[in-house]
Amino acid sequence: MSFDNAYEAIMEGSDETHWAFGTGFTDALSGVDRAVPSDVDSGDLATYCLMLGDDALVLSQRLSEWCSRAPELEEDVALANIALDLLGQARMLLTRAGEIEGAGRDEDALAYLREEHEFRNVQLSEVDCGPGPGGDFATTIARLLVFSSWRLALSQRLVSSRDPVLAAVAAKAVKELAYQRDHAAQWTIRLGDGTEYSRERMIAGLDRVWPFTDELFTAHPVETRLAAVGVAVDPATLRSEVDGVLDTVLGAASLDRPTVGSLSTVVGRDGAGRGGRDGVHTEAFGYLIAEMQHIARSMPGATW
Amino acid sequence: MSEPRSSWPLYEVFVRGKRGLNHVHVGSLHAPDDEMALRNARDLYTRRNEGVSIWVVPAAAITASSPDEKDPFFAPSGDKVYRHPTFYAIPEDVPHL
Repeated sequence: MSFDNAYEAIMEGSDETHWAFGTGFTDALSGVDRAVPSDVDSGDLATYCLMLGDDALVLSQRLSEWCSRAPELEEDVALANIALDLLGQARMLLTRAGEIEGAGRDEDALAYLREEHEFRNVQLSEVDCGPGPGGDFATTIARLLVFSSWRLALSQRLVSSRDPVLAAVAAKAVKELAYQRDHAAQWTIRLGDGTEYSRERMIAGLDRVWPFTDELFTAHPVETRLAAVGVAVDPATLRSEVDGVLDTVLGAASLDRPTVGSLSTVVGRDGAGRGGRDGVHTEAFGYLIAEMQHIARSMPGATW
Repeated sequence: MSEPRSSWPLYEVFVRGKRGLNHVHVGSLHAPDDEMALRNARDLYTRRNEGVSIWVVPAAAITASSPDEKDPFFAPSGDKVYRHPTFYAIPEDVPHL
């Protein structure tokens, strides 16, 4: 018995029962009722989908910056896989946002043709964590650890959202995020408990992203209103669980929780803070979307 | 704390496509330790539903037969027909014999 490549051995007989989970691909949203529950404000729901979709889209773009630049080939593939998982979540959420909005904007129009202040992502997802002067691999891992721990806790609750589409997207995301959190935790432990030098870099990475963590647990009025009708999750309710996860990982990595303070926020006339959820972003964000959007904008309607 | 190394060790990866089948060697990868090797294998070799189980083995732990010894090592079994189950009728509904 001989094979031209190793996979033929697995696929021997070329009948699809040899594939562990079959060869078909399932659509997470297949058969899901797309009607907005009658007592839910559709404007709020569209905005909420944008918020969660933009979080995933922007971090996906950031992680893609590591393509061909990761420390090892294996890690390059891992980060790209994570970026693609997040892009998949973003696509479903932006499509949903456009559909509820009803103004004819699809996922591409929302991703490529909005201005900086129209993006609703938390600032943690846009921070430049490297490669390059903004950070390094450890900083990227620090951000991924915080982001995936938070988004996993959020998605686990959204599985029982009254909006069937949000619930279905969350159910798919939970599996992906559990892996992402594990990947980040594994590296945090290895770098934190590795050499003096790797420990130094990991501590610097955590210090860099820590000022952006408070925003993750601050409810925007849209989130508060939707949480009241069982559609969204009030992010403040996630704090103790996420803190517990982060403390466990940091403890295993022999690291202390960073003591750097929260980023000061822009305050509106009503006295309330304004952050990424309101379209207020960091300086780096303009460069990020310029790179993400420039092909779509310079060659409108281009396909490939 | 461990001593720094200049590169990661090599691992060989085995994937089992379905319950009941054997693990099959699919390739190799580099990883800093056993646990990360398993995770890297998941990313590199099971992206398209290929497996339900992965083994990773440090390449250094494998003792391999040498190509130079091919004749004395393997050739003597070539003419021993009685070692092969060629004298039985194989029922058609037994797929993995």
